[in-house]
Amino acid sequence: MAIVRALRVPLRLRPRFSSLSSIAGSISTLVIGEHEGGAVKAPTLSAVEAAKYLGEGNSVSVLLAGTGSSLQDAAEHAASCHPSISQVIVADSDHFVHHLAEPWARLVQLVQQREGYSHIVTVSNSFGKNVLPRAAALLDVSPITDVVSISGPNQFVRPIYAGNALSTVRYTGNSPCLLSVRSTSFPEPTVAADFRAEKAPISQDSIRKSRYVKLTSQETERPDLGNAKVVVTGGRALKSAENFKMIEKLAEKLGAAVGATRAAVDAGFVPNDLQVGQTGKIVAPELYLAFGVSGAIQHVAGMRDSKVIVAVNKDSDAPIFKVADYGLVGDLFEVIPELLEKLPEK
Amino acid sequence: FDQEKKIKNRESFSFWIPSQSNVCCPFKLTLSSLIVARVEHLSPPAKMKIMVAVKRVIDYAVKIRVKPDKSGVETQNVKMSMNPFCEIALEEALRIKEAGLASEVVAVTIGPKQSIDTLRTGLAMGADRGIHVEATGDLFPLAVAKLFKALVEIEKPGLIILGKQAIDNDCNQTGQMVAGLLGWPQGTFASKVVLDKEKQEVMVDREVDGGLETVCLNLPAVITTDLRLNQPRYATLPNIMKAKSKPVKKYTPEELNVGTKSDLEVVEITEPPKRKAGVLVSSVDELIDKLRNEAHVI
Repeated sequence: MAIVRALRVPLRLRPRFSSLSSIAGSISTLVIGEHEGGAVKAPTLSAVEAAKYLGEGNSVSVLLAGTGSSLQDAAEHAASCHPSISQVIVADSDHFVHHLAEPWARLVQLVQQREGYSHIVTVSNSFGKNVLPRAAALLDVSPITDVVSISGPNQFVRPIYAGNALSTVRYTGNSPCLLSVRSTSFPEPTVAADFRAEKAPISQDSIRKSRYVKLTSQETERPDLGNAKVVVTGGRALKSAENFKMIEKLAEKLGAAVGATRAAVDAGFVPNDLQVGQTGKIVAPELYLAFGVSGAIQHVAGMRDSKVIVAVNKDSDAPIFKVADYGLVGDLFEVIPELLEKLPEK
Repeated sequence: FDQEKKIKNRESFSFWIPSQSNVCCPFKLTLSSLIVARVEHLSPPAKMKIMVAVKRVIDYAVKIRVKPDKSGVETQNVKMSMNPFCEIALEEALRIKEAGLASEVVAVTIGPKQSIDTLRTGLAMGADRGIHVEATGDLFPLAVAKLFKALVEIEKPGLIILGKQAIDNDCNQTGQMVAGLLGWPQGTFASKVVLDKEKQEVMVDREVDGGLETVCLNLPAVITTDLRLNQPRYATLPNIMKAKSKPVKKYTPEELNVGTKSDLEVVEITEPPKRKAGVLVSSVDELIDKLRNEAHVI
């Protein structure tokens, strides 16, 4: 049964520190949550799922911030969306409408100082990457970011060198242990759970030295790149934004998301949020099709965990063929139309 | 709560207290409930200094090898370079200075003795001065951020620019931590930076999951750079020669009063699981057949 609580923060803050080893057995996790349109977003559920691996009897609280009825609806949803969630904390203030790092990090610090969790978890998407390290600095602890595997309350594996090596690290510091996890490594389960939630609105103030101006994004009906089952990616060989429409057509046929290499984004064929790679999005779909992609280390870093990789490239020496399960040496301008013709409708 | 006194001009002060509108259980903030009042010293705009972090890493094109004893990645006889995101950070600082909006660009590196090479590259690109904090051993971002904060308190820059991540440990933490420790606003993953010296603000376009987000930050601020912010310049030979005589100040963590003992321990470094070797198909028909009947993905 999940309880939604108001957060009342005392003006005099009593920091609570305890070493992790002394609280073994009393693990409690705060998940930094995101919501949209009155529901908790999928990445938050990945973070909740990851929290399970921290230890037995881990009680998970989800922290949501924002304002208005969509926040309250999201809190209701959070209270029932995963069996591990025992509490939802709501921070209701217009400081959180645009999820800036400064008020958010301060909020996490205050919640931690009040509640004393052993772990704080978020997903390593652009929100988590922006907020978690700042919160860690305020709490004076080293965070462990982009975790792909958790083997207990203080041992984690994270990729380094564009995923060409894996680093196993042990956290030996004070509570809380802060981590961000890759959502592709902790896929959210499909669960239906029972709930009864009490809610109370809370107030949370924060210093504002930054302000949100706008978001420019593309309208699309394609599934979200981060969790699509099929991804079709184009590289610089597409030669133009006009040609990239072929990739989009193929994606539509397959019910897939569209991805791109850095070269294609730099050349202006597609916007930045389609970039797959070491410093772009990390994806791990069932099927990844790469057209005109050379397979540079930095791109492979973003898709190497895909279940099946298909590569089409005119150059038989392209490095992409080393990582592909199925490779076709050929001209994408001939192959894609042929695929469009011969593939069944999704 | 923290409170900031923002000095609007030299003659008067203005207190800025967070607004309490639209909250359901308002706090009553009185002067007696202030916990910390911090005075921010704003350098006169004409003399704004930019501090840029540069890191020495294995070159981005090198295929790395994991040591057989799992203690780390092989760095002996391997090409080292300035982290690509740091090059972009330095380039941006130089462009801001060339536009007349800053008076000095200071490049900072924190690392072992050989890091001086990267610093010299930065000076050759056009930084005015260098600072080398010589520290050996595994330095995690929190220690780096604390060392940076100590330097900021000495140098008092109006803007700090770092690369969003180092391509060796791919942490993407240091910039955010520096901003948090200093209580400065942050503009991470910047693809465009526009400084307004008069308003003492900077507009930053950020590359985020949903597209491009624009934020406006009060100076002083911390910015971390993303790939598309700019194309860094090459150091020309005359500049490489000039760089030899540019001043470099050295510090140690002890001199800066920063402890570098970490709360993280590297247990081992391993290779990622290898994928099964793939096959080449010879036609679209064969590809579709394999995807349907062998891989079962369509």
